[in-house]
Amino acid sequence: MEEIIVIGKSNPGVYPVLDVWGWEISVYLFLGGAAAGTLFFAAIGYLLGKEDALPMSVKNAIHFVPPALLVGLFLLFLDLHHKLNVWRLYTSFSLESPMSWGAWTLLVITPLSILWWLSYHYSMVPRWKRSERWLRKISNWSVRNRKILAWMILLTSVVLGVYTGILLSAFNARPLWNSSILGVLFFVSGLSVSAALIQWLSASKFETALFRKFDLGLIGLEIFLIIHLFMGLLSGSAVQIQAAGLFLGGPFTLSFWLMVFTLGLIVPAIAEVLEMFGTRVNKLVVPLLIIFGGLMLRIIIVNAGQVSSF
Amino acid sequence: MRYAMAIDTKKCIGCADCVLACNMENQIPEGFTRSWVVEMAKGEYPDTMLEFRSERCNHCENAPCVRCCPTGASFTTEGGIVLVDESKCIGCAACVESCPYDARFMHPDGYADKCTFCYHLVSEGQNPACVDVCPTKCIYFGDLDDADSEISKIVETRKSKVLLPEAGTNPHIFYLT
Repeated sequence: MEEIIVIGKSNPGVYPVLDVWGWEISVYLFLGGAAAGTLFFAAIGYLLGKEDALPMSVKNAIHFVPPALLVGLFLLFLDLHHKLNVWRLYTSFSLESPMSWGAWTLLVITPLSILWWLSYHYSMVPRWKRSERWLRKISNWSVRNRKILAWMILLTSVVLGVYTGILLSAFNARPLWNSSILGVLFFVSGLSVSAALIQWLSASKFETALFRKFDLGLIGLEIFLIIHLFMGLLSGSAVQIQAAGLFLGGPFTLSFWLMVFTLGLIVPAIAEVLEMFGTRVNKLVVPLLIIFGGLMLRIIIVNAGQVSSF
Repeated sequence: MRYAMAIDTKKCIGCADCVLACNMENQIPEGFTRSWVVEMAKGEYPDTMLEFRSERCNHCENAPCVRCCPTGASFTTEGGIVLVDESKCIGCAACVESCPYDARFMHPDGYADKCTFCYHLVSEGQNPACVDVCPTKCIYFGDLDDADSEISKIVETRKSKVLLPEAGTNPHIFYLT
């Protein structure tokens, strides 16, 4: 038997349970992942010459991306305890700090996403702004250089998508997070959220059907990655086995397996299979459940990771 | 120069004077602490043991908090003391997440805070406040690189342990057992 009494420690947010990152970080990771997924599909669709066959993914889904990235950045800002110093993120770069990687990636990818939007939707710029010569110049440049933009977006979207998981997995002190699978899992989850949105909003039957298939594949991949996340934890050290226990009988069991696994992955996958075989399912079911599952995945992993410790 | 601390768990009585001295010397706001005391009871009667440990930042050689800091606000200064430059800290709390000892917290003024080994005293040749206040003189502080220092001798001759060696942080607080 072992009994531990801690005397004098009273730091709010740290003791008795670490709870220093709240919903802002979870939602930021979700928006970053969804934006990365959307940008990835836009760039790859364009590079494969499917601009006309896949109008939603290449041209139109981009409407969501700059707002999502800006809201995400704002949430990251909200999370900072010393907001006036935020500029210091951009006067240094630390190779070993995921926070630094993320800040710089967002600084690159946000303007890229705006350029991509301009290259297709310059006509939506308010009339009084369109007279600005510099804006037209930028827009014309982005139309001419879509291929370069697409390559840059492809690369940075993968970095952003993977980063949303690496931000957590780089912490050795939190055994649940300390798995490189989180990077891939969060990127795949971001792609899945984007694929669900595209199949919901696309007017093209071809595109809807294609992204339904993509999404099914991505859900399958996510399930595979979640299984491997637990396999890795369970074959790890004592603290990692303990961390896995949070989801296998511990306090996060019901929320994770019900909200993320069943409602966020299994049910939408069944709905998509039914749709493939011609059953009519309400168009909102799949995107809403996938978005819900993706958001819950981040919220639960962020919270549970802070509970797991040495 | 490598500053280190050794805490004699055989002499510590868990009075928490070190916690109070630290709070006063460093003017820690109410409700926060840079140091604390762990009382650990182990075993089954009659085969039991009790250990008191005064704990704080371990000033790790391989400090995860320094590595994950995006702005360089967390840094290791001369002598291996891990410090936070308040003027550079953005308060992202990544370092709080990164510490396996949960030794850091967010100061109400917005920056990450933790034990500094009383750097302001040490740099003037004095001891950290917790060392001098201890009624049983169970805390030793000094330069581990100096073979003649008290701390070098005590770490050399006494059996000691560090906390969570499996975290790979290479702590510089030794608990004499």
